[in-house]
Amino acid sequence: MNLIQYRKWWYIISLVIIVPGTLSLALWGLRPSIDFTGGTQIEFSGTNDKSKVEELAKADNIENFTVTTSGTGLIFRTKVADVEKEKKLKSDVEAQISGAKETRIDTVGPSISKEITRNAILMTIAASLVIVVYIAIMFRKVPKPANSWEFGAAAIIALLHDALVVLGIFSILGHFFNVEVDPLFITAILTVIGFSVHDTIVIFDRIRENLVRGSYPDFETAVTVSVNEMLPRTLNTSFLVWVILLVLYFFGGSTIKYFVLALLIGVFSGTYSSILNASPLLVSWENFKASRKKR
Amino acid sequence: MARMKNKRKNWILVTILVIFIIIAGAIDWPSGVNIKVPKPKVTFEKKVPFVQIHKNGYLIDYSKNINIRQGLDLQGGSHLVYTVDMSGVTEKERTDALASLQKVIENRVNAFGVSEPVIYTGKSGNEYRLTVELAGVKDTEQAMNLIGKTAKLDFRELDSTGQNFQKTDLTGSDLVRANVQFSQTTNEPEIAIEFNSAGASKFAAITARNIGKPVGIYLDDQLISYPNVNQEITGGKAQITGKFTYTEARNLAIQLDAGRLPMPISVAEQRTVEATLGQDSIHRSIIAGILGILVVSVFMIIYYRILGLFSTVGLGLYLLFTIALFKLFSVTLTMGGVAALILSIGMSMETDVLVFERIREELRNGRTFAHAATLGFNRAWTSIRDSNAVSLIICGLLIWAGGTIRGFAIVLALGIVVGLTTTFLGTRALITLISKRKFVSDNRLFNVEREQGSK
Repeated sequence: MNLIQYRKWWYIISLVIIVPGTLSLALWGLRPSIDFTGGTQIEFSGTNDKSKVEELAKADNIENFTVTTSGTGLIFRTKVADVEKEKKLKSDVEAQISGAKETRIDTVGPSISKEITRNAILMTIAASLVIVVYIAIMFRKVPKPANSWEFGAAAIIALLHDALVVLGIFSILGHFFNVEVDPLFITAILTVIGFSVHDTIVIFDRIRENLVRGSYPDFETAVTVSVNEMLPRTLNTSFLVWVILLVLYFFGGSTIKYFVLALLIGVFSGTYSSILNASPLLVSWENFKASRKKR
Repeated sequence: MARMKNKRKNWILVTILVIFIIIAGAIDWPSGVNIKVPKPKVTFEKKVPFVQIHKNGYLIDYSKNINIRQGLDLQGGSHLVYTVDMSGVTEKERTDALASLQKVIENRVNAFGVSEPVIYTGKSGNEYRLTVELAGVKDTEQAMNLIGKTAKLDFRELDSTGQNFQKTDLTGSDLVRANVQFSQTTNEPEIAIEFNSAGASKFAAITARNIGKPVGIYLDDQLISYPNVNQEITGGKAQITGKFTYTEARNLAIQLDAGRLPMPISVAEQRTVEATLGQDSIHRSIIAGILGILVVSVFMIIYYRILGLFSTVGLGLYLLFTIALFKLFSVTLTMGGVAALILSIGMSMETDVLVFERIREELRNGRTFAHAATLGFNRAWTSIRDSNAVSLIICGLLIWAGGTIRGFAIVLALGIVVGLTTTFLGTRALITLISKRKFVSDNRLFNVEREQGSK
């Protein structure tokens, strides 16, 4: 089996998923949860009467609100925090809808979340740089013409690929299905990145070993053999993680459903990108360098 | 000779492993270990981690003291954000002032007996903020009162008539600490107070003036205690004694402490989290996690046969050790943490898979099992090292990011370290144990086809 040979197809498949996602990301962005926007979120249990709550909220002069049904009841949101109006709404809902009970009230200031988001983005950039440097150092012994920085760069491209796949899909889900991203989503993205690099490095490590051993005629063969040798372990591991995640998705708590979904997508993408993007990219790069030399 | 040495080394490893298993098992046991050591005639001021002074006369009371701490989302509780009024503080001193505020509130919440509060400060724009997370506290009103109350404390002496108390220059801002301790002579609860240097000299002057007379301690202009002065007190430390119950003494200490908040704070944000929401999530997720582990174990045993069996044993050890560490380090487990735990299981399984694939490769090359096992562990190491090092670096960076991410990163990092340790000490020792036995010469035990005519 020569997976590397069909590398153009693997690149195209990646682009088919990434391009719409990135477009959606640019056009609509992500749908941020209240943790990012700030405002008030009230959860009512024991009722599904969305229109009645909407009616009551309008009667209480609350503007710019949304009511969504959740697994356990209703979630009421508004971006403006007004304690008096909230209290009024709470008592109105509890009085006029039998069985309705306020289970949770959140008032969130966006500034705190901005800090966390900013930290997360900064940390991701920092982590990426550290990863490139780490790989460049650990792979410094790869024989010429390969260069250890190419390995670092390829790992980062695979990492970006996976982050974009998850971000893009959630942007589309957010636009069409009102799926929101919350702080756990940041955690998910970071995990996906970690997993992606993990996967990529394990394969790169085998490529390094086979290159150093030097028993293969050219770079492409060495990469092909390495990928094939590592295929069972990569697929086995990803399969195991997938099994755990799938079980979590179907049987786990509702609060982590989208977190787990992000991980499911990310782990799949991570496996795909480490086998079918990162390693072929090394080959494309070497071939490109060789063809330029010839000219 | 060398073989003998190796064999002995492995037995030492196995013995250490067994000792660890016993210790971890004792820690993991739901009711905790029940170790009670009678209290000596020394009073500890600070709580030593896991060794808590119990008022019923034990120095160490281990029973039910070690629990996995559940975060706000799992246990429910309060999440309070305060804005800090910095108008009275100069630009330069603000960072320090914020740190001392954090400390004061930490002491206060600890004194109140809330298990492991999460308190952090931050600055957004020009606004200074302080966030307090109290897992398990449902009554936000009470929590807000406890934390935010800026009571005015001052010390007063009798005027010339001997009838009324008049103010002195000693106030709550001179106090460093107030906490409950038990009297060394009577074993009654009392309040130990400590002043800063300015306060100490003021206190010395006041006590010198008032030997044999009472000094009034006022909180918000209410007389809360008027101990008699027996002698001049110069060290800046004093005890307030009286017929206090433990609770009274504790509340008084908290009130005293409340008098010395460095600057006013006001509630900006308040969340109440119902426990049931979290409880449902954690129960379902734990069951899902166990199910996932079972499926993975079955897969490992079918695919790697006897190695898979070891890996399952290793997984059991891994869980045993991780839970013990959670308890020992009081890791707060949040939903993100549960997810990180399950993910780290995946990563730990990956370590096993990497090693096992190597062993099978070497077996296919016709090596004996003992040789293949050694090579497998050695050769898999570089890729395991590199991939886990990168994960740990990322975790390290994320711990700086704060919030939910921090808890997630800590759990994941712990999980990775424990996973590596179990595989390379535990699973390896077990595999070495059987590697010299006769029966392992059958490659079918490892799901490896017999290779014909290889070296």
